[in-house]
Amino acid sequence: MNTTRKILLGDEALALGAINAGLSGVYAYPGTPSTEITEFIQGDKTARERKLHSHWSSNEKTAMEEALGMSFCGKRAMVCMKHVGMNVCADPFVNSAFTGANGGLIVVAADDPSMHSSQNEQDSRFYADFAFVPALEPSDQQEAYDMAAYGFELSERVRMPLMMRLVTRLSHSRAVVEVADEAMPEKALRYPDDTDQWVLMPGNSKRRYPVVLRLWEELEAESEVSPFNRYIDGPDHSLGIIVSGIAYNYLMENYPDGCPYPVVKISQYPLPRKMLRRLYDECDHLLIIEEGQPFIEQKLRGLLCDDCNISGRFDGKLPRTGELTPDSVRRALGLPEIEAPEASRQVVRRPPALCQGCGHRDVFHALNDVLAGYGSAKVFGDIGCYTLGWLSPFNAIDTVVDMGASITMAKGAADAGQHPAVAVIGDSTFTHSGMTGLLDAINENSHITVIISDNLTTGMTGGQDSQGTGKLEDICLGLGADPAHVRTIDSLPKNHQAMMDMFREEIEYPGLSVIVSRRECIQTARRHAKKA
Amino acid sequence: MKTDIVLAGVGGQGILSIATILGSAALKENLYVKQAEVHGMSQRGGDVQSNLRLSSDPIASDLIPQGGADLIVSLEPMEALRYLPWLKTGGTVVTNTAPFVNIPDYPAHEALMAELDALPRVVAFDMDAAAKEVATVRSSNMVLLGACAPFTGIETEKIEDAIRAIFGRKGQAMVDANLAAFRFGLDKAKNL
Repeated sequence: MNTTRKILLGDEALALGAINAGLSGVYAYPGTPSTEITEFIQGDKTARERKLHSHWSSNEKTAMEEALGMSFCGKRAMVCMKHVGMNVCADPFVNSAFTGANGGLIVVAADDPSMHSSQNEQDSRFYADFAFVPALEPSDQQEAYDMAAYGFELSERVRMPLMMRLVTRLSHSRAVVEVADEAMPEKALRYPDDTDQWVLMPGNSKRRYPVVLRLWEELEAESEVSPFNRYIDGPDHSLGIIVSGIAYNYLMENYPDGCPYPVVKISQYPLPRKMLRRLYDECDHLLIIEEGQPFIEQKLRGLLCDDCNISGRFDGKLPRTGELTPDSVRRALGLPEIEAPEASRQVVRRPPALCQGCGHRDVFHALNDVLAGYGSAKVFGDIGCYTLGWLSPFNAIDTVVDMGASITMAKGAADAGQHPAVAVIGDSTFTHSGMTGLLDAINENSHITVIISDNLTTGMTGGQDSQGTGKLEDICLGLGADPAHVRTIDSLPKNHQAMMDMFREEIEYPGLSVIVSRRECIQTARRHAKKA
Repeated sequence: MKTDIVLAGVGGQGILSIATILGSAALKENLYVKQAEVHGMSQRGGDVQSNLRLSSDPIASDLIPQGGADLIVSLEPMEALRYLPWLKTGGTVVTNTAPFVNIPDYPAHEALMAELDALPRVVAFDMDAAAKEVATVRSSNMVLLGACAPFTGIETEKIEDAIRAIFGRKGQAMVDANLAAFRFGLDKAKNL
């Protein structure tokens, strides 16, 4: 087969690998660092010719279920999300181990250790382990490409969904990748052999559970012989090193002429117990280097093994939190520091800010001016560019937790007697997870004011289509909001007084109101202007 | 051949185009390339950086170790200094001296210049002014690319070919403007 060398992001390498492996549909909600997987498929020539599904989903749960439906029909499907998206799709994800997969099903979870653009650094491998779903963790862009075909094949062979765990430094790092010039054909429509398995009634699930556990043992045997898990022997057995995913690269960076110690390189889970046991038996001490949380280390240590010969993130050899660097790995290996200039004392922080000309700015200015008239107003924020409203000069937000929590937390606060209780949420976040919470507030006519700051896009991740565009007022009315208190205004500096008046009137109204404050994102507006 | 480059700037200034051009030139040369970049929240006027590694041998880490960079290439003077701990002994700093001031506690310009001037190997001049003079305001990054070109280990002609290939879609005028900015930076670096 003919191949070409291309420079691709880890995200793009995986996307192209999936297309070339006969993908029929990708399902996703945008989220850093996973967004570019779906964007690549949306722009790919083969994907367009084949009309592969690549439209954005409302959230990660709907995406996961849509992909599961495609897998049910025998076709290859992929779901992509950032790590916290796993929380949103946890229900279908965990249950998908019980339905199993028919067509190959890959669930991509892109973790963000060091929280470059996230509210936590949860490690998705725990989800895979807990759900009994096998996982792959590429160590470089070429593996990300190769693992798409391998993953679909494995998923179909064992009839299980499969997790692909990426991390920021792979997703958002480019390298030269050798890719096939032609894509394999898509799979034909084909229904599952065992149809009972897809109906998770207690009786069926009780029969399935022991099968899932037996499969887990088979998958462990697969991991022992996987081409992506390797025992690499070394002459010096005073130390044995376990590395997973991209940690392997940081190890090799520090040993350009080869590592003197035996190394187990892990890229497929469940963990290959025999391979790890051999390393433990043959070496005096183990060092575990893994990107993200100490998943492998916790497994090997257990709760009672405080004095075992295992080092890693728990005993301080490596930092307990944050992503790995070649430098932190170097220190853990006890190698001498590389001489480097001292940090400049003049350099100060340059935090991100809302763009000039952004409508969220007008919302916060008006809201701040109105709320200054109240003693103890509380503003419940949400996830998106407007989270930056917490920073100065706005300091306009009291809480930010997860997608959609602005409306529900404002409602809980109002239930506790808080007034004013204001929710600020973006349009895409509203259709992701705000609508259901709004229904709660409507049903109880909660005394809260919901401001949907509508910029007609999913801005934070670079301007993807927003699922509620043109429908927000109708959605609120359809859920049962009082038409007199579903109001719309343009977020513009010249409307400052009008915005203030509207905000104040609705805060004073003793019931639920929704204000859609609208202005197109300045970034997407520029792009649209260029195209026109 | 092995060149490790830290590219720095402020979100929206265009450091990633520099990485794209050098990366595609390196690919043509059959070199190995790794380039880590930052997306998402950090782009909104915050500091951004990218680690670009070019080598004739396979590259292990996507990130450059501290004390490992041959070059710091920056579109902004304070951002150049932010990455000093990554500079190799004997490494070079190539930076625009025009400040991008979007924070209240931005340091005094003279003090920044003094610290830059004290570095052993530095190419620093006002690339915004240069871009405006020879091409367009938006092409400061191509002036910077020209100014760092002699230190990258990639032949100048190959970088110019990559500029032509990448901007070709946008028309000949765009190619010419970017090449003019690139050559201005190149001459300036050679004569400093």
